[in-house]
Amino acid sequence: MIVLSTERIVASADELCALDRAIGDGDHGTNMKRGLKAVLAQAEDIAALPAGEALSMIGKTLVMTVGGAAGPLYGSFFLAAGAAIAGGRRLPEDLADVVAAGVAAVGARGRSTAGEKTMLDVLVPVLDALRAEAGRPDLIAHVKATARQSTERTAPMVATKGRAAYLGPRSAGHIDPGARSSCLMVEAVCDILEERL
Amino acid sequence: MSGNVGIVIVSHSIDVAKGAADMVRQMVGEDVSVAFCGGNSEGGLGTDVTRILEAINSIWSPKGVAIMVDLGGAETNSEMAVEMLPPERRGSIVICNAPIVEGAVMAAAEAAGGGSLEHVRAAAEELSAG
Repeated sequence: MIVLSTERIVASADELCALDRAIGDGDHGTNMKRGLKAVLAQAEDIAALPAGEALSMIGKTLVMTVGGAAGPLYGSFFLAAGAAIAGGRRLPEDLADVVAAGVAAVGARGRSTAGEKTMLDVLVPVLDALRAEAGRPDLIAHVKATARQSTERTAPMVATKGRAAYLGPRSAGHIDPGARSSCLMVEAVCDILEERL
Repeated sequence: MSGNVGIVIVSHSIDVAKGAADMVRQMVGEDVSVAFCGGNSEGGLGTDVTRILEAINSIWSPKGVAIMVDLGGAETNSEMAVEMLPPERRGSIVICNAPIVEGAVMAAAEAAGGGSLEHVRAAAEELSAG
């Protein structure tokens, strides 16, 4: 799971940079690539850990290596998700609660909520889908579709948080790079789950 | 080292950070400790939590440390660095909402005069008050 998610983001680094050049400073792809390569280098060690500690280690690695604001944001997601498991939540039955802890941490770190053209515009709908549609037999496919659709929906939004906010109305018309990288991660995790279940 | 509040300058660019620190030294003098960092772990533009932590610790003062930042990621990464400090240090550090160069000079001037952490922050943030 770590390897595939990482490879997908690394492979999409140029696309993320291109999105970021449109409304940011053009480094989201290279930053994510650097962070995820660092995660990849430790993939074996991480995979050997219990789930909570594994998530925390991914979070710490991202915080230390990504370099842009995405480091603390994604890092906080994984650290909080790891802490939720350390606090007694279990996978897979408490998945929505674990994701919720991560999403809350991203919101707190970025002082942001959904609707501001950020990664939260993918993570919050994904969380809502996990919660509302939990019993659905095609839940994974539904989550993937939600991630993709909500990524597209960031295009017309006007950014009010993050670097793109400096552009104001000119940020409309471009997909948010953080939303796109979140979507890539959600899709990669879903693909693995589909293969295994 | 001095017994005054220390100043840390965090920019995406090491050149900007160093330039701002040079200006502080020339304009305010040696009565204030200044540390700076900039760039990501590969030497490109960006900010790096590890370097921010090192900068903070290199000039730690019991009176506290004021951090000056430029854009988004510098602030987010600085917040992360502050949270990674030992709990007893976390309460003696502030991230100033001020323009990085002017804020650093104003904050350093206040710190050099022996001002408290709150006064140092206020001196820098006055610039943003409009």
